[in-house]
Amino acid sequence: MIRQDFNRIDPKRRNVVDHRKKQFADPSYKETQYPHSLSFYAAPPTADITLEEFEQWAIDRLHVLAELEACSFRNKSPAETTLHMKPLLDKYLPLDTNSSSGPVFAQRQKDHYSHFILRLAFCSTKDLRQRFSRVETMLFRLRFNADDTRERNAFISSLNLDWETVSDEEKREYATELMATVASGFGKKIHQSIDDETFCKVDWMRVPDLVESRKVFLRAGKAYVPSKEQQSLVVTEFTARLERALELTARARPSLDEDDRLTPILDHLSKSFVAPDSKYAGDGAIEGAVITARNIDNLAQHFPMCMSHTHRTLRRDGHLKHFGRLQYTLFLKGIGLSLDECLTFWRQGLRRKTEDEFNKEYRYNVRHTYGDVGGDSNRRGGGYSPYSCQKILTEHAPGAGEAHGCPYRHFNMENLAGLLQASGVNDRAVLQGVKEDKDKQKFHLACNRVFEHVHRNELKRAKDDGVMTAAQLETIVHPNEYFKRSFLLKNLGKVPQSQQRDGGGGDVKMEE
Amino acid sequence: MPHSLLPITEASPSSAVEMDEPAVAESAQQPVDDDIAMTDAAAIENVPQTEETVDKQDGEEEKEKEKKEISDVKLEDLFTGDSDEDDEFPNAPAKKEAANSPSEPSSPSEFDFDPSELTAYDPELLRSFYQRLFPWRYLFQWLNHSPTPTLDFEHREFVFTLPNEAWMRYQSYRSSDLLRKDVLRLMPTRIDIGPVYSTNPRERKALQNVAGFRPLSKELCFDIDLTDYDDIRTCCDKANICNKCWQFMTMAVKVITAVLGDDFGFKHIMWVYSGRRGIHAWVSDKVARNMDDSKRRVIAGYLEVITGGAQSGKRVNLRRPLHPHLVRSLDILKGHFQEDVLEAQDPWRSPDRAEKLLQLLPDIALRDALRKKWDSSPGRSSSSKWADIDAVAKTSAGKNFDAKALLEAKQDIVLEYTYPRLDINVSKKLNHLLKSPFVIHPGTGRVCVPIDTRKFEEFDPLSVPTLQGLIREIDAWVEPEVKAEKPVQDWEKTSLKPYIDYFRSHVNTLMKDERGGGVKVKRERDDEGDGMELW
Repeated sequence: MIRQDFNRIDPKRRNVVDHRKKQFADPSYKETQYPHSLSFYAAPPTADITLEEFEQWAIDRLHVLAELEACSFRNKSPAETTLHMKPLLDKYLPLDTNSSSGPVFAQRQKDHYSHFILRLAFCSTKDLRQRFSRVETMLFRLRFNADDTRERNAFISSLNLDWETVSDEEKREYATELMATVASGFGKKIHQSIDDETFCKVDWMRVPDLVESRKVFLRAGKAYVPSKEQQSLVVTEFTARLERALELTARARPSLDEDDRLTPILDHLSKSFVAPDSKYAGDGAIEGAVITARNIDNLAQHFPMCMSHTHRTLRRDGHLKHFGRLQYTLFLKGIGLSLDECLTFWRQGLRRKTEDEFNKEYRYNVRHTYGDVGGDSNRRGGGYSPYSCQKILTEHAPGAGEAHGCPYRHFNMENLAGLLQASGVNDRAVLQGVKEDKDKQKFHLACNRVFEHVHRNELKRAKDDGVMTAAQLETIVHPNEYFKRSFLLKNLGKVPQSQQRDGGGGDVKMEE
Repeated sequence: MPHSLLPITEASPSSAVEMDEPAVAESAQQPVDDDIAMTDAAAIENVPQTEETVDKQDGEEEKEKEKKEISDVKLEDLFTGDSDEDDEFPNAPAKKEAANSPSEPSSPSEFDFDPSELTAYDPELLRSFYQRLFPWRYLFQWLNHSPTPTLDFEHREFVFTLPNEAWMRYQSYRSSDLLRKDVLRLMPTRIDIGPVYSTNPRERKALQNVAGFRPLSKELCFDIDLTDYDDIRTCCDKANICNKCWQFMTMAVKVITAVLGDDFGFKHIMWVYSGRRGIHAWVSDKVARNMDDSKRRVIAGYLEVITGGAQSGKRVNLRRPLHPHLVRSLDILKGHFQEDVLEAQDPWRSPDRAEKLLQLLPDIALRDALRKKWDSSPGRSSSSKWADIDAVAKTSAGKNFDAKALLEAKQDIVLEYTYPRLDINVSKKLNHLLKSPFVIHPGTGRVCVPIDTRKFEEFDPLSVPTLQGLIREIDAWVEPEVKAEKPVQDWEKTSLKPYIDYFRSHVNTLMKDERGGGVKVKRERDDEGDGMELW
């Protein structure tokens, strides 16, 4: 762990101890105090703990973090997340306020130590660092919001963030603009609140999320942050400091490797933090399926709505925009279409392009997604992996003329209903269910609802015969999984049993 | 990442292309401009380059010398008394064909040559343009932020699209002169500008660890393309534009300039016409250049109002009260909406287009009333239809009619029909390539000129100087009676002058800011001193 000078005794103080003795003496540190329940984790822990504690505390924290991440993948609202996390936090990482009678010190110590242990475990690669700082930020935000107001304010003032408070004159000058940022739509109340509201002025780069969502007034590069949004400032600061610290930890970590007691634990910890972000592990090939460029039109009946929409758009326009091609190519790759076949498919699909244009502008991209060309790491990794629902839902919302994305999310209800009806889903109850799911932002559920409706007969048979295991009937969270399951169900009985048993949902898990 | 999946031609200057053998023989007949006097390498530039780029190869040294000798002789023969006729001593006004069309050096009459017969691709026209008109020095200063070369320029990536459409990525140069020379050697039809990297892009392969080569900074860029307005413009579509739909660009520029200037406090914003149907913005402030991807995404998000594609129905859904930036944008756009959209575009004249408008209104009873009214009088103009909304709402307002919801819907509609539609991916990525200013658009032959925002409304994309036109203008230029003290640069003889003047003043304020105005004396000397060489 990193040692920072201020934790140690004054380095300039004259050393009276004989250095030969001092070398083996215990270093003395300042006692760690925990005045607030929240922490920026600035100073590493210094006291001794047992190996069991070391491992147990880390595992407990990991449990909380993994669950938090799962919440974000499921698109839970902040309120839902808080509700969902409360019992888990109470069990694994309780953190009481100063006023409570609980074992405050022990709780905070565990929080402090577990954080630093996980820092060690997750500092090694850039990916891990990013994920760790993302979930730690989520945890911090959750706790920050849950904390008692008075203690939170005390905590904020202890941070010494340099905020400039907006003067009354300036507030009056921009009164209308500022009002627009504090008001939440109830016209009359605003006038009173503008004077009570305190604003602080910071560089806009310190509150990126507030700027991006247009929640603050901007003038000449300064953001005017109302008090209720100051959380964002604190959280950004937390993330920034954590990221910086993680970099430092990564650099210091090699010197720890000589300790053969901790390294195995740390390695184990970082491995158990693999993404629940549904990696589609199957190599795709399904026995009995003929997956060739020519057969895609035929297979399209098994595609989830997102892919059949791109497919239809491609057939209709003879073209797809960049992200549409990317999403669709990866999907096709996932169902087991070989590179050659895929190139053939696109060559025929982009029918308005000349041979020359195709070779110049498209061939390379397809090969790149298959890992046939490109940088070393791309080739070694076999290109990109097919997009999961999570990725399709959250990244690159489609813009004008683009056909990628998730129809359940990115279409409005009328267009979605039209699309569903065009695909043969006419059942009123199902459409109503989809609408409700969409309103609640449960896009997975809507997709699965449609899946169940379309395959209702096969599913019933499969259940009756007991061919499908429970795992295979879980919620689908990957377009390729949708295809696989759909294909297997429709071809029930034609496909050898062995394939059905090990194919399916085992590798993709996410309960709803 | 997906955007960078482009074919990469990693040609180094020495291995790029094959040598054109017949070149030596031909060069005997070539008139040469005074580049010959510079270096051996420069001599080769005088070889006419038709389809393929000619390059110097190992073992060709002797031939080159030979060539040079021949050329020297020819120089005297052909240019007796005229030897100052070129871009660096641009005093001589007439007889420019020699340099313009070396393929017909022996033509008896100077009127045989008509540049307008040649296309923008014509390598000779392009060569003259790069040689005589392209503002290399200001481009250098613009990217370098100082008169003397810094890493901002030396580690900057240039990407060339060669006449055979191959790409050359990761080119970098130590000075504007070297850049100019290489451009003349390769004759790219398009030059893109990439980011400044942590190490010299040419040396990236020599690095031990890959992480040592990463993009550090680039101007914050915006790209607006009229094709994104296809669903609301009625006058043109696809790549076509006219002055009516160009007004969308005027609106976009006003709104974005206000955001960048007033809200984010950026000062050095330059808009560049992309040559056909779009415009680019380059923000050169130091803070803006050094922003990472996440910061760029924030600005993009702040600006983004029109979301979703054609399928997502109503494309503007804003929270109320409106953010101050949107209130201001609405103020800017209101007038344009009346004039440039309702009157000029008349977007809802036909019933099916009017239906689109109806779908954006909140009240079903109101929609029905309006539909009835419009069905009974077909061909009603968009302005009247727009006015009808309020009129009908007033008369047929039911008990639970929500006037506020209607007002908000109307605001959303105004924004949907006027607010800038950005190609947002250009702005989000630090390492996105963007076409350099002053490049020739290969399709239209127009120069990608910077546009003075103060006079944006006067800008007419259809009358932007074209390559052919410019060359003709140089030829037609007559020296004024009173000789100027300084030699007249070729660009000063053409309609490119105001654009280069604007570019120069933009670059000068940028450099001044960058330096904090501290070392003024030295800069002036630099300005005077090396002007000749760099041109």
